[in-house]
Amino acid sequence: MNLFDLSQASADVRAASPAQVQLDEQGRLRHFLDIEGLPRSVLTEILDTADHFRGIGDAEVKKVPLLRGRTVANLFFENSTRTRATFELAAKRLSADVLNLDIKTSSAAKGESLMDTLVNLEAMQADAFVVRHGDSGAAHFIASQITPHVAIINAGDGRHAHPTQAMLDMLTIRRHKGEFAHLRVAIVGDILHSRVARSQIQALNTLGAAEVRVVAPQTLLPIGVETLGCQVFTELAAGLKDVDVVIMLRLQKERMDGALLPSESEYYRRYGLTRESLAHAHPDAVVMHPGPINRGVEIESAVADGPRSLILDQVTNGIAVRMAVLSMAVSGQMKARAERRGERSRGAGA
Amino acid sequence: MHEEHETLPEVEALLEAMTEELELLFERRELDRERLIPVGIHTGGVWVAQALRKRLGLEEPLATLDIGFWRDDFGHKGLPDGGQGSQLPDIENRDLLLVDDVLMSGRTVRAALNELFDYGRPRRVLLACLVELPGRELPVQPDALGANLALAPGKRIKLEGPDNLRLTLVDTGEVTA
Repeated sequence: MNLFDLSQASADVRAASPAQVQLDEQGRLRHFLDIEGLPRSVLTEILDTADHFRGIGDAEVKKVPLLRGRTVANLFFENSTRTRATFELAAKRLSADVLNLDIKTSSAAKGESLMDTLVNLEAMQADAFVVRHGDSGAAHFIASQITPHVAIINAGDGRHAHPTQAMLDMLTIRRHKGEFAHLRVAIVGDILHSRVARSQIQALNTLGAAEVRVVAPQTLLPIGVETLGCQVFTELAAGLKDVDVVIMLRLQKERMDGALLPSESEYYRRYGLTRESLAHAHPDAVVMHPGPINRGVEIESAVADGPRSLILDQVTNGIAVRMAVLSMAVSGQMKARAERRGERSRGAGA
Repeated sequence: MHEEHETLPEVEALLEAMTEELELLFERRELDRERLIPVGIHTGGVWVAQALRKRLGLEEPLATLDIGFWRDDFGHKGLPDGGQGSQLPDIENRDLLLVDDVLMSGRTVRAALNELFDYGRPRRVLLACLVELPGRELPVQPDALGANLALAPGKRIKLEGPDNLRLTLVDTGEVTA
């Protein structure tokens, strides 16, 4: 049974765009649900803040006191060890208390509805929910339903979005390549099932990348993908020609069913990133992968572990980006609450 | 009792006074100036620390501290705008000269000390400030000071730089009773 169904959400919820929900009237981040609709200034602020948080990793005590006394609840309706670990570490490095809730195997299994679970968590006075859900739009729905002072961070919803992964990729690119204006970036692999690819394309376009390409077999390309603002290639060599950044996506082996692909070996032969295929890219091109890697399926080990690979750097940047997003969203919520209090007291005094 | 200043002092004269005070302090405490690390607090403190480093002939490169993530007013003000980041060497068991431009409540220095101790355990920390204003909220006192100033209500002081350092008055817009 689906824990959550957007079709049951109210018309108001569906009408409000993620951009409307995630920014307050002053344009400050209240939630982080999707890259779509966020202005370049907010994305740049996330990257700049994350850059400063990276320095915390050099300190003896890898913590800052920003969220001391605040509570961050990780609500994972879908498994993801890596994303959950980096969100947990990010919240702890901000000195927050962290609740890890594997909702799929707890409350819901006992018959509790999603809204009942959320209302209970609210009553525990959490300041932020990090939400991972198998259905598209789940984080948006929760942000629209929950009390206004809880920040909702999307940690991946259905095929829809994975905005913190996209932003950690942007931070990795910016740290190695500088500004985006002259960059050609190729995203290679299972675009159809990838929430990351969609968020990456939006982030790259918002940040002003010169060219964004997607490279995949026809069966792994969503219909109308070019409307997201990218060039479409079905041949790897052509798609990689002269690019500055290659982002490989994980081939989701469970999607091999349904004849989307003939076989892993055939896929590797045509779309695997090897030393030979990487030669089509710019000589200084860097290689990224959100992990976990299928070695010998989408990428050759010699490339994944090679000097041009930024895969481990992405993991380090993931913590800094999640620290930035959590602190910005909680800060936005606190400011809004302080302003509401101010308005109320002014109203009472008048 | 602080005297209210109509005209602000020249920064050069304040740096001169601080240098003399620090020279005496180094002698009295037998500090090895070749091993002393100057640490400026962003932004004005970095400019003052740079000037003092030159005047005192300190050999260690200038370290910089951005206390934005260690401030105690996150609940009211949220994240600081435009952080600069900290650049610190290994400070374990070292003597530090912590420098800021304006000392008032003491909260910036408290945040700076918290941050420094997250990077290591220094042996000694000296504090030098260009100007002290009334309004102390924490027990923080400088070892070397350029001047004590008092300002008219609703006024604050600002250091302009990085070249030709000078103090200017700014209006906070705060309504005072």
